[in-house]
Amino acid sequence: MQSGAQHLLEDGGADGGRLVLSGELTLPVIAPLERDLKALAGPVASVDLAGVEEIDTVGAWVVCRFAREHNSEITGASPAAQRLLAAMHEIDAGGDTHPHRLPVWERVPTKLGEHVFNARGGVYGVVGFFGQIILGAGSLLRHPSRFPLKALVHQMELVGVSALPIIGLMSFLIGIVIAQQGSVQLEQFGAEALTVNLVGRITLRELGVLMTAIMVAGRSGSAFAAQIGTMKLTEEIDAMRTIGISPIEVLVIPRILAATFMMILLGFYAAMMAIIGGAVVGQFALGIPFFTFLVRIQEVVPVHDLWVGLIKAPVFGLIVALAGCFHGMQVHGNSEEVGRRTTMAVVSAIFAVIVLDAFFAVFFTEIGWG
Amino acid sequence: MRMNEHPDDNSPAIVVEGLVNKFGDFAVHEGLDLIVRRGEILGVVGGSGTGKSVLMRSIIGLQQPEAGRITVLGRNLCGEDAETDLVVRERWGVLFQGGALFSTLTVGENVEVPLKQFYPELDSDFRAEIARYKVMLTGLPESAVQKYPNELSGGMKKRAGLARALALDPELLFLDEPTAGLDPIGAAKFDRLTRELKETLGLTVFLITHDLDTLYEICDRVAVIAEKKIIAVGTIPELVATGHPWIEEYFNGPRGRSAHAAQAREGGTA
Repeated sequence: MQSGAQHLLEDGGADGGRLVLSGELTLPVIAPLERDLKALAGPVASVDLAGVEEIDTVGAWVVCRFAREHNSEITGASPAAQRLLAAMHEIDAGGDTHPHRLPVWERVPTKLGEHVFNARGGVYGVVGFFGQIILGAGSLLRHPSRFPLKALVHQMELVGVSALPIIGLMSFLIGIVIAQQGSVQLEQFGAEALTVNLVGRITLRELGVLMTAIMVAGRSGSAFAAQIGTMKLTEEIDAMRTIGISPIEVLVIPRILAATFMMILLGFYAAMMAIIGGAVVGQFALGIPFFTFLVRIQEVVPVHDLWVGLIKAPVFGLIVALAGCFHGMQVHGNSEEVGRRTTMAVVSAIFAVIVLDAFFAVFFTEIGWG
Repeated sequence: MRMNEHPDDNSPAIVVEGLVNKFGDFAVHEGLDLIVRRGEILGVVGGSGTGKSVLMRSIIGLQQPEAGRITVLGRNLCGEDAETDLVVRERWGVLFQGGALFSTLTVGENVEVPLKQFYPELDSDFRAEIARYKVMLTGLPESAVQKYPNELSGGMKKRAGLARALALDPELLFLDEPTAGLDPIGAAKFDRLTRELKETLGLTVFLITHDLDTLYEICDRVAVIAEKKIIAVGTIPELVATGHPWIEEYFNGPRGRSAHAAQAREGGTA
């Protein structure tokens, strides 16, 4: 038996020929026949299906479409084929399943316009979101019994306690790198002893908090966005609203408080670990005993350096948590959006943290905490 | 071609023998046996949590059973290589409870996915055309083809899911609660559609449902899951005649009686 579909055009005079189809008209073997039929020119008065052994909806569709285009009659169809053809005959489809695409010279300006418009919407959204949080905080202050203490403690554990090992390791290694690289440079001036100042001041003022903020943005900011985004997709947020629970109060505020508070502790912890890393280098590479290094830190680092770090930390934590929760709440539509918003949450949080850090650096120097 | 490959076309579509499924210590199925004949619509009923969906997942290979033999369209699906698995997969379509449409693709593109997967040689225009008529075959308007799943209502999602399940002209169709969450008119239409498709395309349908109207209207036989097994299979009168208390309650409860009465009325006018 021949497999696949065969077609033969018999000449039938002035009113067109007779197309004889035979074999199988099924999806696995239909592709060549479909191409041939599309290319077939000339009037065709009738399509004969008597030789067709098997037919499925795709075969019926092809025959039906051909008959419609050529105004031809279908003959010799088996009862099963007739049934399929009747079902196909009711459907009139022809266009494209892909979304409509504009040409490139229209698409680029359109996209640009959309971005500008969205940027405005984004600003409105952030301000609105901030307002919602303040309202939520106000209502929690008026009804302290509603305060989601359990959620807060849980988030503090996730943001803070579980981050201890990774942030500790990261800061310890950064301390080692700063001390080791710094001492190599300072050696050229015979000022190796200043390695202590370098490690102490840079970790307490800048790096401890900055690196921690970046790590928290990657760990927790992304988690906030993905969690809240998924809850939006599965309509959990809507369910909360209908029960009269404010998602801002139970989801956003505990996360923001947890991140803000834990950033203070994590920033301080990171600075301490970095100093310990520096002291280890001092002990083994610079000939400064471990405890002497720590004592020197107390002597050479002004206390306001500690304050600089501790003031910046909660601000950074707030930004990271706000970005995560805001982008999570903006998710709508499909699962791709969750991924997109999570990325945006992390990127915008890190960007904002670094920009603000620059402002803080200028500000603190100006007020004499240099 | 299909007929040549499977000369024993009168063999059952699905044979499940001695199926055991466990989640931890909790056994869902213990020695479950079931035969689905070719060309029938088999309804599967059972209380919530009796493992109807787990049974379907085992048959379509999403759940690895602890023990037992599952043969679908003449092929043993337990412990064979992935390639034979693919051959069977091409011959069935599955409609999941929520539709399980790919949310980043339009309805039309969703239907194109299995076509692209199994027949990459098809022209993209022709593939789009097939997708389009499949969508319309399930009773959706033409405008739905370009819509994304989140723009559709629950009932439309089910129809779109059915269109995807039918994309490859399968011989075997699995429906998991197709009419749950549909309005009565929509549910009746969906029932009629299932019946029509079964008759036109010669489908075998494995149908999980809680909808008594569906059972009375379109199912050739009904299988009842209880006590971790199929306790009875047959037409509804046969099931009721077994006198099992659960079956009795299921079909002779107030809902069962009204569905029965509705069918009797319809039968009288037809």
